[in-house]
Amino acid sequence: MDTKQQNARRRGFIPGLLLTSGILFFFIMLVFPLGEVIYRSLKDGFAVYASAVTAKNTLSALKVTLIAMVSAVLVNTFFGLCASWLLTKFEFRGKQVLSALIDIPFSISPVIAGLAYIMTFGRMGWAAPFIDWLNELLGTDISFVFSVPGVVLATVFVTFPFVSRELIPVMQAQGSSEEEAAVMMGAKGFTVFRRVTFPHIRWALLYGVILCAARAFGEFGAVYAVSKARGKTFTLPLEIDALYMAGSAESITHAFAVSSLLVLLSIVILIVKQIVEYRGKREA
Amino acid sequence: MTGKKQQGKRVLPGFGLTMGITVAMLSLLVLIPLASILAYSFRLSFDEFWELISRPNVRQAFLTSTGCAFLAALINCVFGLNLAWILVRYDFPGRRLMDAMIELPFALPTSVAGITLSRMYSDQGVLGQLLQKIGVKASYSKVGIVIAMVFIGIPFVVRALQPVLEKLPKSLEEASEMLGASRIYTFRRVILPELMPALLTGFGLALARGIGEYGSVIYISGNSEKAGTQVVSYVIMQKLNSGSVDYEGAAAIALVLLVVSFLLLFLVSVVQIAAGRRTKG
Amino acid sequence: MKKSFLKKWAVLGMAAVVLGGGLAGCGGNEAGGDSDAVALTNVSYDPTREFYTAYNQMFAEHYQKETGKAVEVTQSHGGSGSQARSVIEGNEADVVTLALAHDITLIEEAGLIEPGWLEEFEQNSAPYTSTIAFLVRKGNEKGISDWDDLVKKGVEVITPDPKSSGGACWNFLAAWYYSERKFDGDEAKMKEFVASLYDNVLVMDSGARGATTTFVENGQGDVLIAWENEALLALQEYPNEFELVTPSISIKAEPSVAVVDENADKNGTQEVAKEYLSFLYSQEAQRLAGENFYRPSDEAVLQEFGDVFDLNVEMCTIDDFGGWDQAYADFFADDTIFDEIYNQ
Repeated sequence: MDTKQQNARRRGFIPGLLLTSGILFFFIMLVFPLGEVIYRSLKDGFAVYASAVTAKNTLSALKVTLIAMVSAVLVNTFFGLCASWLLTKFEFRGKQVLSALIDIPFSISPVIAGLAYIMTFGRMGWAAPFIDWLNELLGTDISFVFSVPGVVLATVFVTFPFVSRELIPVMQAQGSSEEEAAVMMGAKGFTVFRRVTFPHIRWALLYGVILCAARAFGEFGAVYAVSKARGKTFTLPLEIDALYMAGSAESITHAFAVSSLLVLLSIVILIVKQIVEYRGKREA
Repeated sequence: MTGKKQQGKRVLPGFGLTMGITVAMLSLLVLIPLASILAYSFRLSFDEFWELISRPNVRQAFLTSTGCAFLAALINCVFGLNLAWILVRYDFPGRRLMDAMIELPFALPTSVAGITLSRMYSDQGVLGQLLQKIGVKASYSKVGIVIAMVFIGIPFVVRALQPVLEKLPKSLEEASEMLGASRIYTFRRVILPELMPALLTGFGLALARGIGEYGSVIYISGNSEKAGTQVVSYVIMQKLNSGSVDYEGAAAIALVLLVVSFLLLFLVSVVQIAAGRRTKG
Repeated sequence: MKKSFLKKWAVLGMAAVVLGGGLAGCGGNEAGGDSDAVALTNVSYDPTREFYTAYNQMFAEHYQKETGKAVEVTQSHGGSGSQARSVIEGNEADVVTLALAHDITLIEEAGLIEPGWLEEFEQNSAPYTSTIAFLVRKGNEKGISDWDDLVKKGVEVITPDPKSSGGACWNFLAAWYYSERKFDGDEAKMKEFVASLYDNVLVMDSGARGATTTFVENGQGDVLIAWENEALLALQEYPNEFELVTPSISIKAEPSVAVVDENADKNGTQEVAKEYLSFLYSQEAQRLAGENFYRPSDEAVLQEFGDVFDLNVEMCTIDDFGGWDQAYADFFADDTIFDEIYNQ
């Protein structure tokens, strides 16, 4: 579009300064640590790298990570759509409080999140008798701690407000006159959402989903509290930590190799974002 | 549910449904588990609670966590704005790659980030050596804590600003500049007010994340009670993992941490509302 | 309005149950495993990872030969205290192999292990032991040979935080015992000695593994106070970078093992769990422990490793402190000796 204009602007002193300082900061804070990770993951050659990322424990961790990530995205997208519809289309008492409550997981230390789940669903938690009773009733053996469902729950918790946070400002800015007009003209509830609201919030939704996904697979603290069995309930971050803490020089290299998998995963997510964004722009 | 006047306004459908879903999920996933923390900390008598909270190491940890997180969030606002600006406004080689890498701190497990950073900023690491030349000890000091918090907080600020910057019409600043306003004036009076709500959101998120951070901080902080480099999460874990397994104590400190971070976020949103009014007014 | 609201709540409740069921479904499949092998979970602490990886294989072969049944052991590692806590919180361990008896006592107090576990296996249920030693950088420039050298000015010490890591308590107690002998029980002088040692601590990590990383990988400090097995492992992994110094007096660190009765009974693994732990005392397992730098409790096997371990070091035991519970209450609880000397 206006690249020429942009290039013209670049010649100024301030843009130059901004570019320099931004790029410098970017290199020091982000590129260096990443460089270190990549350098150390390939330090012992590609064969070591390959064996690290295809180890049984790594693959199992990858699977659990993906399960947790997909569940978190689904649950939180569903929740985010409901919550933002509620908070932007209606006026009701206690709205501010509700909106603040939704943001709680943002302000919570992962340490506390893990502790909260343990104190609720753990063996000595107050919900434990209830869960036992339910298990007996249904003839199942479900556990919400130290199990894959526990990992999923902890992941959902830490990413809970990500989607709604992205949607609310956009829907607020949009107002609700278009939807009201559609309803007046006789459109049904879900149709209104699909045809009127959705096109406006598509990008915000995508941003939310991407943030949610990225945050979900990197979570360590909260998941660590409820996942202890390597090769069964470990996610990638836990597997990396386990490798790093294993003490041998070789396993530290392996830890960095598996870290690079996570970096790769985030790159995949961002490529998906770019593609969707490009398609969206072409549509518009 | 509430006043008739409000009900009359509800033309759109789905109030009951979305209210039900929102409240149910919120309670099940967030509020009920957190209530357990409350319940546990109430097992202490008020005197015990107070005695624990006013212990010097606990107080010091709160000062360290909030102070460092505040500083880190400020730094993130400056550089986050800087980064978001060049990502949105300028075209330069590697821009897309840079954009993609902003989320890196999310993807790296916090413990790996902490270990990597502590190594890089120690007096044996490249950056640590540079800093040491100007007399700054980075790893195993409060500086290290701030560095770790800047690292984990940066995506929040950049990602909060980007969408707003993208929507901000360039004509606005061009008009201002054409009218003879200086760049600084344009930035301060035209652009910044528009960005303020998003910037504050990013600030609040980075702050909240920093206050509660554990994994990336403990490896770089040195955890010395004397030097005041223990953070609150560390003190909570101390209560849990030491020989006594003091759930009540851990829950009590966690509760105070919850209240503190919630208050800070509340403060941010108050400022945000005030800033919003000023722009509109 | 109110009625339909309630109805929607009911629908939602059901939806939540279905969702929960779905989650549980995938969890159930996960737990089911893919073979008929007997499943056993061993919750242990950080440095035993390599040892148990090898031991599990050895045990599986042994068990297959004895009973014809396959056994698959799931390992879990982390800081000893947090591992013990996880078992109390519902981590379904059949056996625990932790860094100190106190951590197992915590599980016992939670009602998961029957009293008397300490006598269930030989040697205080400690099939292998270790001691506290010093790891110094090659050349030992600061000339460190005993505890006295750690309190000298300018010596930078790395040791983990005893208030956060159970293993770190051994370090503290070893230093305390040395000072007790040196000052003949003069408590004021002992406190002063240990206080000046902790004054020299440069970085206090949350756990033993973190401390090793700080010393070995990040190059901090002149001396690491470490478990002997950790120090020997570092020597092997980083040849020509470090030296091991064994002090004249140290402490016998006894990592304890126990069957978690409640879980084992529930899972029907009581028998295999017992066998798993008793087999640790067999000659071949003892040798494996030695190869992984733990001191075998079998005296004859220990002698075979005479070139690896300094067998002349004088060691106190936890009993000199009145057992773990007493030691914890005297030294590490809030406002006791550690707090007092560290915050002077």
